[in-house]
Amino acid sequence: MTATPDAGPHDVARAHRPFPTGKLLLWALVVVVAADFATAVARNPNFGWPVIGAYLFDATVLRGLSVSLSLTVVAMTLGIALGLLLAIARLSQDRLARGLSGLFIWFFRGTPLLVQLIFWYNLSTLFPELTLAIPFGPVLAHYDTNTVITPITAAIVGLALNEAAYMAEIIRGGLLSVDRGQAETAEAFGMTRLYALRRIILPQAMRAIVPPTGNQLISMIKATSLVSVIAMADLLYSVQSIYNRTFEIVPMLLVAVIWYLFVTSLLNVGQAYIERYYARGERKIAQAAS
Amino acid sequence: MSEVAAPLVRIRGVHKSFGDVEVLKGIHLDVAPGEVVVVLGPSGSGKSTLLRCVNHLETIDRGAIWVDGEQIGYTLRGERLVRLPHRAIAAQRRKIGMVFQQFNLYPHMTALENVIEAPVGVHGESRTAALENARRLLDRVGLADKAGNYPRQLSGGQQQRVAIARALAIRPKLMLFDEPTSALDPELVGEVLATMRDLAGQGLTMIVVTHEIGFAREAADRAVFMDGGVVVEQGAPEDVLGTPRHPRLRSFLARFI
Repeated sequence: MTATPDAGPHDVARAHRPFPTGKLLLWALVVVVAADFATAVARNPNFGWPVIGAYLFDATVLRGLSVSLSLTVVAMTLGIALGLLLAIARLSQDRLARGLSGLFIWFFRGTPLLVQLIFWYNLSTLFPELTLAIPFGPVLAHYDTNTVITPITAAIVGLALNEAAYMAEIIRGGLLSVDRGQAETAEAFGMTRLYALRRIILPQAMRAIVPPTGNQLISMIKATSLVSVIAMADLLYSVQSIYNRTFEIVPMLLVAVIWYLFVTSLLNVGQAYIERYYARGERKIAQAAS
Repeated sequence: MSEVAAPLVRIRGVHKSFGDVEVLKGIHLDVAPGEVVVVLGPSGSGKSTLLRCVNHLETIDRGAIWVDGEQIGYTLRGERLVRLPHRAIAAQRRKIGMVFQQFNLYPHMTALENVIEAPVGVHGESRTAALENARRLLDRVGLADKAGNYPRQLSGGQQQRVAIARALAIRPKLMLFDEPTSALDPELVGEVLATMRDLAGQGLTMIVVTHEIGFAREAADRAVFMDGGVVVEQGAPEDVLGTPRHPRLRSFLARFI
């Protein structure tokens, strides 16, 4: 160590940190209250811990979980794909594309998801038959609505279209967040619009798109519980079917809660990795040891 | 035909308005192959707009622009002049390199990825060939050791030199420089100008919009002075800058002495 002749005892490198008494007391208080609450919950027979243990990995529950997860994946994938198209249409120069996209978003964001699901499920009461035809021209194909719209198609269509409306606005916001000069540069280099979108604009927009999309995904997992009203055997529906038989309402709902929390926790971890990937150009220091 | 080569860029009677403001009021300008033309002029003289019209980043209201024999943005079908579709305009732009005032590097790509993006994705070059060429170009602008850095990890001068390498990578017939040093700290201007001087000496056709009088004097074949949307004076740099005739050019140059 070299001496610092100028500052002497005033050299801030010698400074001591004050003892954090207040902070430690707060920590202690929080730990005591949490421990007390945890033991109270653990000892409370009304929570039915043995029942939770018995049903957590029950075949019906796991089947319900997998239905919820598959519905989420399918509806979210369709929702993002359609949302991207809607966002591009909404930002296009073409008035017709802009108008149609705006109308779609207006309707599907403006009505409750539950109502939309029930409408899709009961589509046959509105249109008993579906025909594929050229307007005012010949009929190409003909279907009975009840064979096309099953609970699963109603659930997928309902969730995906609703999601697309929200994703369209999220993606549009992301695209608008990218510096205008980037699109201009892509243009100057002779890139086609689609290529510029895929290689230059979207990767930069992802920084603004990923966090709200994580939110949407978590909402979607929980929104799939709405499909229990159209007789889809999702996670919530499965635990309901069990407690309707055993009357263990609270323990069975807790089984569902534990699974929902487990899945959303996994998603949070995944989201953190994706965010770090799209922030790769943001680090100031070269080759920073992550 | 005379022995003078046909101009690479022909600009004829170009007018351009933004709303009620006419920024270009009938521009005529030819640029020969291999010529370095520096366009000078006060802010708002229309010089950047003119440059952006050359690769159709701005549309023009009257007149016509040709690059390498092709009219930019339009084509004659018999007697009818029709606007080209976006894809055809994109193809025309692929011969023209451009360097922007704000660099506009792709922030999510490294310097090397920035340089190979258009050659690989737009020009269909093989990745190996593009990488080799990109390393050579980065070396030429003095940044061989920065190939793996993201733009945000580079200084303004380094970013602009990567941007120049990126524009060169498409092997352009024409290079457009839109105030390439205006966004730089004074101590970083020199390195970018040195790179551009090096290019000018190697027979690349360049149109440079700038405020750097010194660069015009040393590197340009011709200086063009614009003011109020028209070309006021043009000629050899030593004449235009040494013995300015027009009073507006004189007062413009007085600010740099």
